[in-house]
Formats: sequence, C-alpha cells, structure tokens
Amino acid sequence: MKSEFTLKPERCKGCGICVAFCPRQVLALDTLGKVYVANHEKCIACGQCELRCPDYAIFMDKKVPKKVQRFDETTGLSITVEEVEK
Amino acid sequence: MTERSYEKFFRQNRLPHLWCPGCGNGIVMKAIVQAVEKKLGWTQDNTIIVSGIGCSSRASGYMDFDTLHTAHGRAIPFATGIKLANPKLNVIVITGDGDCTAIGGNHFIHGCRRNVDLTVILFNNNIYGMTGGQASPMTPLGKKATTAPYGSIDRPFDACKLAEAAGATYVARSTAFHVQHLTKMIEDGLDNRGFSFIEALVQCPTAYGRRNKIGEPAKMMAWMRDNAIMKSAWDKLTDDKKTGDKFPIGLFYRAETETYDEAYHHVIELAGGAK
Ligand SMILES: Cc1ncc(C[n+]2csc(CCOP(=O)(O)OP(=O)(O)O)c2C)c(N)n1
Ligand code: SF4
Ligand code: SF4
Ligand code: SF4
Ligand SMILES: [Mg+2]
Repeated sequence: MKSEFTLKPERCKGCGICVAFCPRQVLALDTLGKVYVANHEKCIACGQCELRCPDYAIFMDKKVPKKVQRFDETTGLSITVEEVEK
Repeated sequence: MTERSYEKFFRQNRLPHLWCPGCGNGIVMKAIVQAVEKKLGWTQDNTIIVSGIGCSSRASGYMDFDTLHTAHGRAIPFATGIKLANPKLNVIVITGDGDCTAIGGNHFIHGCRRNVDLTVILFNNNIYGMTGGQASPMTPLGKKATTAPYGSIDRPFDACKLAEAAGATYVARSTAFHVQHLTKMIEDGLDNRGFSFIEALVQCPTAYGRRNKIGEPAKMMAWMRDNAIMKSAWDKLTDDKKTGDKFPIGLFYRAETETYDEAYHHVIELAGGAK
C-alpha cells in the first residue's frame, strides 16, 4: 500500500467529492453515506481526496519507506535496507 | 497520522461546520488558514478575521483567531476601523457575493478607493445562500433564483473588474476546485500592502446548483475545472473563443500606492500626534 488513511466519520457528510475526483476509484460511500476505503491497493497516494474535502474528514499520508537494519547472511555484515510497511 | 498543522487554526469544538454536504465554503476556509500559516510573523494573536452575514460569513466562527462576525454588508467598515485603530494588525475580510456587492457594494468600492490594507476574500456562490436562493448581483444571466424564477435578466457584476476600477491594489480570482492555486492567490494577497481582493468561486449545491439543475457538488466543481482558464492562456484567446461559460482565473492586477493607514498616520502627525 502506498498510503495510509485516517477518516473522521463524525465530520464526513457524504458529499462524494473525494469519491468523484479520485483518479483510481479507491473511495466509496457506505449505506450511511460515509466515506470508506474500498480499493486501497489501487491508491496512488496523490492526495486529491484530502485536498478537496470540504469537511476535513479524510486524511491521506504517504507511506515512506523505513530504513531498517538487516543481517546479510552472505557477507555476514549488517546492512541498511528500505522497507515499506504492508 | 501526522497531525495537520492547519487544524490549530480551527475551533475544534465548533466542527463539523454547519455548511451543507459538498458546500465549497469549507474548501476556501482551509485555503485561507493555509495561506496565513505560510506568512512569517502572522499569528492567531495579530491576525483578525472579519466577516459580514451569510453562509460564507459563518467561516469566522470556526476560525481560531480574534474574529468579528458583523452586520450584513458591513465587514469592510469594521475591518477599516480595526486597521486604523491598530495598523500593526493583519486584517482579513470574509464576505459573500450578496454581502460584498449588493448591500455592501458601496463599502466595497470605497474600501478599494482608499486602498485600506485589508485582504478581502469573496466566496462567490452566485446566490444568496443563507436566505434560500435569491438572486445576487453576481448571479449569471439566465440562471434561476427564487427572485428570478424565469432566469435572471440583471447583468452580473464582475467583482474583479469592479475592484480594479475602484482602486484595489491586488486583484485575483480562483476556484474551490483549484485549491493550491487558490491558496497561492490568497497568500500573494496577504503579501500585498493595500486593498487585496480575491474572488473564490464556490459551489452552493443547495440554493444554486439544485435550482439550476447543475447536479451534485462534484459536478459543480468539474464545471470549474472545465471552464476556468489561467490568465496567461486567457489573454492569448481571441474574443470568439472566450465564449460559453469560460472565465479567467489568476492574478488580474497589482499596483503600489499609499495605503489608507499610512495616509491617516500623516493626518495624525499633522494634528499633533496620537496622545
Ligand atoms: C440588514 C440585513 N438585510 C438582510 C439580511 C438577510 N440576509 C442574510 S444573509 C443574506 C444574503 C447572503 O448572501 P451572500 O452574501 O451571497 O452569502 P451566502 O449565504 O451566499 O454565502 C441576506 C439578504 C440581513 N441579515 N441583514
Ligand atoms: S469529500 Fe469529505 S465530506 Fe465529502 S464524502 Fe469525501 S470525506 Fe466525506
Ligand atoms: S490519494 Fe489519490 S488515489 Fe488515493 S484515494 Fe486519494 S484521490 Fe484516490
Ligand atoms: S446554502 Fe449553499 S452556501 Fe449555504 S451552506 Fe448550503 S451549500 Fe453552502
Ligand atoms: Mg452568496
């Protein structure tokens, strides 16, 4: 996943703006008219949903690769690799 | 998540705001606080928000600054008073198309004429939203309102042209769709010393969109996306291409001239100084 969402359902009014302008059909409204993440894997972390939400109800944070230390078995040395949380 | 830094500019206990689902006002309110946040030295204690009356003018109630929610059409006079009493304060005015160009039309042009150092942001939804959809002086020709059931026959004001002609020293327009552009237009307006005017197009799905069958909020914003043309491209168009709903956005005018509080300071000195 490229992104992490924080939704504030108490603020969401179900206007559908985020749903309409998402270029990848990631978002949808549930039966109560609140936003939810329907296709997270398609998200390209462009931020357009958060940008135009008139109610500040959806927040998208890009997942940044974390630098982690790994023990490399072939060399026997400790190396730094980038890892994105699943 | 990383806490959004602009949230500190909202009165958290007042959110969610009372604007209708999909109303564009919330988008512009956020653009304003994000522009303020970029200004070095502008704080919640030295920045004042003044608004008139209307849905748009409710914004001051959600913003955690010293705020004044005044009388219909009168935000600019209140703001002028604040600026003259204490020129060190940064004064922002939030107004609607009715508030600014109907009942407050005279205050608007005279604020421009005096070049009072204010930043005025007009939330233009082309209608009187709060009172249920009467036509405003900025309702486009042919569009329906409760007071224009057959479509408006009154030629609308172009508030940007009005501001420029009346003497404003910074004039720009953007829309609720073009959020980053809008924020930049506001930020540059805050930078200008003198009367800065920014018209922000906002969708009012309830009182304007529904009556004019423009559809849901996202459709109204798609209309902004499809019809707004950046000033530089607009200027290259021949008149026969400037048709239909097309309209320009961007910076229209900028000038430098003495501000009203500077002029007034001279008067105070001539009169023997402030005691
Ligand atoms: C002196 C006075 N006259 C009339 C009104 C009624 N009134 C309240 S808001 C409004 C118009 C608001 O339109 P606009 O400024 O475009 O704001 P919007 O609600 O569309 O954001 C009117 C006529 C009033 N409050 N005070
Ligand atoms: S734009 Fe905001 S308020 Fe509208 S549906 Fe999406 S999250 Fe909810
Ligand atoms: S970040 Fe972009 S792709 Fe992901 S949900 Fe938001 S609008 Fe859609
Ligand atoms: S009536 Fe129009 S301007 Fe007023 S809150 Fe509703 S959508 Fe917004
Ligand atoms: Mg209005």
